[in-house]
Amino acid sequence: MTISGEFETETFAGAAISCRRGERLVFAGLDFSLVPGGLLLLRGPNGSGKSSLLRLMAGLLQPAEGSLSWDGVAIGRDGDSHRRRLAFLGHLDALKPALSAAENLAFWCGHGAVEPALSAWGIDHLARRPARLLSQGQRRRLALARILASKATLWLLDEPTNALDDEAVTIFAQCLAGHRASGGMAVIALHGESDLPGATLLDLAAFAP
Amino acid sequence: MSGVTFIALLRRDLLLIFRQGSDALITLAFYLLAVMIFPFGVGPEPDLLARIAAGLLWTMALFAALISLDRLFQQEQEDGGLEQLALAPLALEWVFLAKAIAHWLATGLPLLVIAPLLAFLLGLPAAGIGTLVVALALGGPALTIVGAVGAALTLGARRGAVLLPLLVLPLYVPILIFGVGAVDAASVGLSASPHLLLLGAYLLAAIPLAPWAGAAALRIAVE
Repeated sequence: MTISGEFETETFAGAAISCRRGERLVFAGLDFSLVPGGLLLLRGPNGSGKSSLLRLMAGLLQPAEGSLSWDGVAIGRDGDSHRRRLAFLGHLDALKPALSAAENLAFWCGHGAVEPALSAWGIDHLARRPARLLSQGQRRRLALARILASKATLWLLDEPTNALDDEAVTIFAQCLAGHRASGGMAVIALHGESDLPGATLLDLAAFAP
Repeated sequence: MSGVTFIALLRRDLLLIFRQGSDALITLAFYLLAVMIFPFGVGPEPDLLARIAAGLLWTMALFAALISLDRLFQQEQEDGGLEQLALAPLALEWVFLAKAIAHWLATGLPLLVIAPLLAFLLGLPAAGIGTLVVALALGGPALTIVGAVGAALTLGARRGAVLLPLLVLPLYVPILIFGVGAVDAASVGLSASPHLLLLGAYLLAAIPLAPWAGAAALRIAVE
């Protein structure tokens, strides 16, 4: 990054993106851009394509039209680097019921990252408990601990605060602030009101075809 | 995201199979019961049983592979693990291969151990039993890895468990023919090596081709 000089700041951007699911055009002509420390909040009614946009950003889906780029390079052309810099959390927590909380986390992030991430989320006392015995909120905390432990630059989170209690929502806001302060970016689909500071709002209803 | 390596995935899958237990045991129990129920149907004449033993042991190995394979990727898809694996630095081809190997170690290897015993009970000549083990060691992994492609393709299909045999059984025919051929040849004192070499060739072709096809199917499944 430092050698290339001219472009010190990385940007993650999309231009004129359309998304098609089956026969239906979900949204069209959508632009966004994100710089280090930036936070993009996706809003919009059910079915407006918030989850689809997050999956497009992760590279799990391909846009019907338009392109997404990182520092000017299309993400499809360098999928490996893109996967390395992102952490994605969908509706599902990707936890194995038969593994303990610590084992689940260690599989994705390595053993070294387990302790700090679990204590940051206040679930270090659950480390050895099998995931099948965790409550919905505890499972969500564990899934978010994976995002924190991933050390990824770009967080893509689909309704991360679902099932979280007030304490966990506060922890989430702190983690997100720390992530952004160290130059990380985040794109978050949220339903309810939020008081996350410095966010750019992107209302997907405006891009409905 | 770092940390997900081929070995880590293989170890985790084996640990999961070991902790959940039932999948591997059910496959083994199915194989035992299916082979042992046959004499009740065709009658207990030793000559007849010895003659059909090779075909019986192979056909049932094929069905045992099929009944255990339909869950191979389904669980990952249901809990969101598959999309995380698709985003992990490890290529999906390696993910496919690691999961197939773990599956064979948990279900194929026990069959390989129990098959000589069943062959002995059915009265297969001693020369055939050794060849059966070698043939299963070559053909068994091929059954798993080719079947895993079918499991990846039928992922998300409504009647996946029914669709899987329709897709995969035609591809199993060569394995069955050469597998039974090898044992039959050895039982009557002929050389089994042509059959075994062809089984080995099938496996060697499947090892690079199956992960390539399976990964493509998995990519479609996570879309």
